[in-house]
Amino acid sequence: MARIDLKSLAHSYFPDPKSDTDYALRRMEHVWEDGGAYALLGPSGCGKTTLLNIISGLLTPSEGQVLFDGKDVTKLAPEERNIAQVFQFPVIYDTMTVYENLAFPLRNRGVDPKRVDERVREIAGMLDLTGKLKQKARGLGADEKQTISLGRGLVRDDVSAILFDEPLTVIDPHLKWVLRRKLKEIHNKLRPTMVYVTHDQVEALTFADKVVVMYGGKVVQLGTPQELFENPAHTFVGYFIGSPGMNIMDCNIDDGAAWIDGQRIALTDRHLDAVSKQTGKIELGIRPEFLKLETGDGVSSDNGVAVNITKVEDLGQYKIATTRFGTSDIKVKLGEDAQIIGQSGVLRFAPEWTKLYADSQLVA
Amino acid sequence: MNKITNNKAWFLVLPVFFIVAISAIIPLMTVVNYSVQDIFDPQTRFFVGTEWFEQVLGDRRLHDALIRQIVYTMSVLLIEVPLGIAVALTLPRKGWGVSASMVLLALPLLIPWNVVGTIWQIFGRADIGLGGYVINMLGIDYNYSQNPMDAWVTVLVMDVWHWTSLIVLLCYAGLRSIPDAYYQAAKIDGASNWAVFRFIQLPKMQSVLVIGVLLRFMDSFMIYTEPFVLTGGGPGTATTFLSQFLVTIAVGQFDLGPAAAFSLIYFLIILLVCWVFYTVVMNAGKREEQ
Repeated sequence: MARIDLKSLAHSYFPDPKSDTDYALRRMEHVWEDGGAYALLGPSGCGKTTLLNIISGLLTPSEGQVLFDGKDVTKLAPEERNIAQVFQFPVIYDTMTVYENLAFPLRNRGVDPKRVDERVREIAGMLDLTGKLKQKARGLGADEKQTISLGRGLVRDDVSAILFDEPLTVIDPHLKWVLRRKLKEIHNKLRPTMVYVTHDQVEALTFADKVVVMYGGKVVQLGTPQELFENPAHTFVGYFIGSPGMNIMDCNIDDGAAWIDGQRIALTDRHLDAVSKQTGKIELGIRPEFLKLETGDGVSSDNGVAVNITKVEDLGQYKIATTRFGTSDIKVKLGEDAQIIGQSGVLRFAPEWTKLYADSQLVA
Repeated sequence: MNKITNNKAWFLVLPVFFIVAISAIIPLMTVVNYSVQDIFDPQTRFFVGTEWFEQVLGDRRLHDALIRQIVYTMSVLLIEVPLGIAVALTLPRKGWGVSASMVLLALPLLIPWNVVGTIWQIFGRADIGLGGYVINMLGIDYNYSQNPMDAWVTVLVMDVWHWTSLIVLLCYAGLRSIPDAYYQAAKIDGASNWAVFRFIQLPKMQSVLVIGVLLRFMDSFMIYTEPFVLTGGGPGTATTFLSQFLVTIAVGQFDLGPAAAFSLIYFLIILLVCWVFYTVVMNAGKREEQ
């Protein structure tokens, strides 16, 4: 197991990149701890697979270095880096049995046959493949094939890191959940360094200790699931994490408060201090969970914003109300038994959870 | 349960039956007809039973031709299949080289068979042919029209030149269907080049290779045109393969009875070998799955 350092790493698929947009991966500087479970999360085309392939050695970065435990491996081929990788679609050796498939990475490295047998049986046990060890791999279903691929990734215990490239895409929802828990269990037990690429936030948040959110070739935030939720460092993180995502609105700062479409939203001194130094486009963000919607007669609009309620969706465990004032649509998450009376109400912003962004970056 | 019978369906099968009858069954039955009769003229014919079959089966010339044929077909398969796989493995996987090599490879396949024979007939000549001339220049005494060994090698090389492309193209198609992830995974699993070939490439090529081997077996077992143009079966009978021999009996000597009997035996050999080969390969595939 190893610590992974990315030193001023950048990659472009063009031979002579000029502007930022020529880069599939913008320059980054990161240290990923030994034994950590990291998820690379982002939409398609954000560079997460590029980054994974650079770490695995399938791709050589055009700039910067990759270090495993301080050793420069930038120029090394995948087989020299001592890593394991699981791909999006099952890769199995058709003509071999399940056992031989699992043993393949070990046998290729001349591991002692007794040790091979031990490891294969251990991994097969963890992944519920024990009963199928003698079967030919070719006749199995996609789920089982992908489970074998996972097993081949996990079978070596001396790897620097195990890399997963959206490994659960082809798996059906129930088994997905089971396998994700297995992976988590294996991680807790053996503490390998794991890097897991996904575009599914649930997968990322349940699997990883640390989530690396990527957007447009950049790492926009690296943090625990809680940090991503409570303190999105970039409007994209706010929007991408959470269901529904963060409400983000253009605003002006004036007279010790934020103004959206002529409505006043109170801010703290902390906000005002931080934002006073900023010149870029200012946006205000707040998660639907931290808004309060009051309805009914006699609700005062002091310290709140009067809104129209355009839609209420009942999702069983909670309700989502879509409210509107001016040109902004704002979503509010309500308890399942929240009562909504009439078509209008008052929104209250919790100041401690109200975030300000300048040019999409968090200021306070 | 009442089974619904609707005999109208037979009418839909009739056209196919009609075409197959004209193209295959009736000609075949004509041959069967010849093979059991001795025909002097349209009015004078005798039923001779299995006499022609016995005569043909006891014919030493046929035995020799059959042995020659088997050796030839085996040589063709043993050279063309490994060579075809090897060439397919070295072909580029992307870029302009792909289309360039495809065109080059397809060229021999597009040339009419008798033209192939003519090309090699001229190419191999010691006086005016580039190939023959160069070989003699190198101090090797080469003359395919007099030396049986030279004739053999020439016919074999010609076939390899003509048909290896077919195996290459089939294998290449099989190789192209392998996703990149397989190669990447194999790299990460630490597989050697041999293991990549043995466990990834060969299994993916298996089904196309079965077709390739069958096609090459049948074609080379029936080869006629090219050796006919190149050597005419000579020198002596060195390159007289089964088809050549059959034509000698049927057209040269006009012995239609023995020729017909021989045709049927020839047909049955090919059918039998193809059937055995196909069944063995398919059963091997099924056993593996269980």
